[in-house]
Amino acid sequence: MTETPTTEAIDTEVADVVSMEHIVKRFGAVTALRDVSMHLKQGEILGLLGDNGAGKSTLIKILTGFLQPDDGQIFINGQEVKLRSVSYARSLGIETVYQDLALVNQLSVYHNMFLKREELFTPLPFLNNRSMREKAAESLKKIGVNIPSVDTEVAKLSGGQRQAIAIARAVYSNAKILLLDEPLAAMGAKEGTLILELIRNLKAMGEVSIIMIAHNYAQVLEICDRINMLQHGAITLDKLTSDTSLEELNELVMREYRIGAASSHQ
Amino acid sequence: MAENTVSGTTAPQAEPEPAEPEQGRQSFWSTLVHFFLRRREASIVIIAIALLIYFQSANSDFLSTESVRTLFQYFAATAIIAAGEVMLLICGEIDLSVGQVFALAPFIMYFAYQNGLPIWVGIILGLLVSALVGLLNGLITVFLRVPSFITTLGALFLLNGINLTISNAFPVLTPQLGTFNEVMGHGGYSEIIWAVVIVIVMQIILSYTRWGLYTVAAGGNLLGASETGVNVKAIKLRNFMLTSVFGGFAGILEAFRIQSIDPLAGGTAIMFAAVAGAVIGGTALAGGSGTIVGALLGTLVISIIKDGLTFIGVNANTFDLILGAAILVAMIVNVRLQVLREAGRQ
Repeated sequence: MTETPTTEAIDTEVADVVSMEHIVKRFGAVTALRDVSMHLKQGEILGLLGDNGAGKSTLIKILTGFLQPDDGQIFINGQEVKLRSVSYARSLGIETVYQDLALVNQLSVYHNMFLKREELFTPLPFLNNRSMREKAAESLKKIGVNIPSVDTEVAKLSGGQRQAIAIARAVYSNAKILLLDEPLAAMGAKEGTLILELIRNLKAMGEVSIIMIAHNYAQVLEICDRINMLQHGAITLDKLTSDTSLEELNELVMREYRIGAASSHQ
Repeated sequence: MAENTVSGTTAPQAEPEPAEPEQGRQSFWSTLVHFFLRRREASIVIIAIALLIYFQSANSDFLSTESVRTLFQYFAATAIIAAGEVMLLICGEIDLSVGQVFALAPFIMYFAYQNGLPIWVGIILGLLVSALVGLLNGLITVFLRVPSFITTLGALFLLNGINLTISNAFPVLTPQLGTFNEVMGHGGYSEIIWAVVIVIVMQIILSYTRWGLYTVAAGGNLLGASETGVNVKAIKLRNFMLTSVFGGFAGILEAFRIQSIDPLAGGTAIMFAAVAGAVIGGTALAGGSGTIVGALLGTLVISIIKDGLTFIGVNANTFDLILGAAILVAMIVNVRLQVLREAGRQ
């Protein structure tokens, strides 16, 4: 009984934006994902927890279209889709903010935000910097990101500001489903608060649904609506944040550790 | 004097508040100081002016029309090559073989002309062959993942061998076609006009087009730029071809100017002068930043030093010694200024 996932009854009134059903992914002899079903509701922040090697990255890479599953189905807004490439996933509104942020230090904030989506004085091939500058400033203001100026080189920004710019870029590209890969990693408490605030603002606007990979349980409990725990390629917990606690999450991880320790003694 | 009195009498009428112009002047000076601290190119201009003053005071013929024209002629071809090399350096690559393309392109033009084709067809063929060399350099670097330093070092020797073989190691005379020769480099200021036009066009491309933006992105964060969807391979290929075409074009201009085509023209000397000019002008060898205008000014500084040393009668043997030391001093001063700039920003 304790081996089966503890799944809560889910509020069925809100539609699933993403629903992944029975996803299996193998790399040769290694099974990275055994049978994973994950659901993301409209406007929700879902925290995806799990140790290194639990399969978080694999699951996220499948959703970004970077990897294709060996088995299982993916539904976006109720429609079954085959996420065959990153650009196809992106065309469906799935945007990822990677840990390395993919920002160019030597370019200004607004050039980074508009990279690959530049505005031109069509039919002339020249960049419409004024328009991009204004729109960048406006969209940063809208989601509550404070930086000295959009003309600032990204190299001169703090880690938290850079993370905020990367998130703002994803949001500005009309992301409907935002995947954040450890947005709070390697960040001081103050910077972390800034990002949590930004994510809260995004939720309040209600246009994006967010899956957030994280390690810090306290922060996840603070910001997420629901938590999924991934252990050894399967989801072992799927609960609303209000129905779980730091103790329960720790207990789950400790149990995993004990099982691992016991099996290694055999 | 006349200007002073005019502005003196009109000022009270034009500006009701007398405090206005005073304040304007103050902010003008602080703006100027800020500009010089902020723009790396500005400190190069100061170095160039200081050098001009020094050489002019050492020999009053230094800034004569004749001498300035000679300076421009030496400097123009290098500045054209530097305009391409900067684009490559910004996207994180380098072309060491451009000096050999400089020698090859006019030979292609010459052979085409000898075989009865019009000279302009010869020029186009020369530039196409240059582009092909750039394409091959780029393909080997981008797709076979050989570092461009090695790829173009190989190309340098390979092309030098080709140049010596096809010419039998002898120079030939450039075809004489009157006005065409004047426009294509023989005219006193023709080469410098070409150089300035190319620099302006390339600076606009670098600052105000996608090509420039992606060049900086590829050099600044290669992985990040490709994750964002920038086709970094295509950008690098394009810049390899551009550098090579500029090398070939500079070689053709020089062939018309000196009226002969030499298989040993250009070579590593002009390539290193162009790279040094770019670096003195603020281009980072590691990629991600640099300007075409800066490279033009850096090349100008090198040319002024080289020309000036000849003017004050420095022995040819100590020439490189002084040039090398001057480059080091210029760079050390620039790095110190960079530190000041960083401090000034915070």
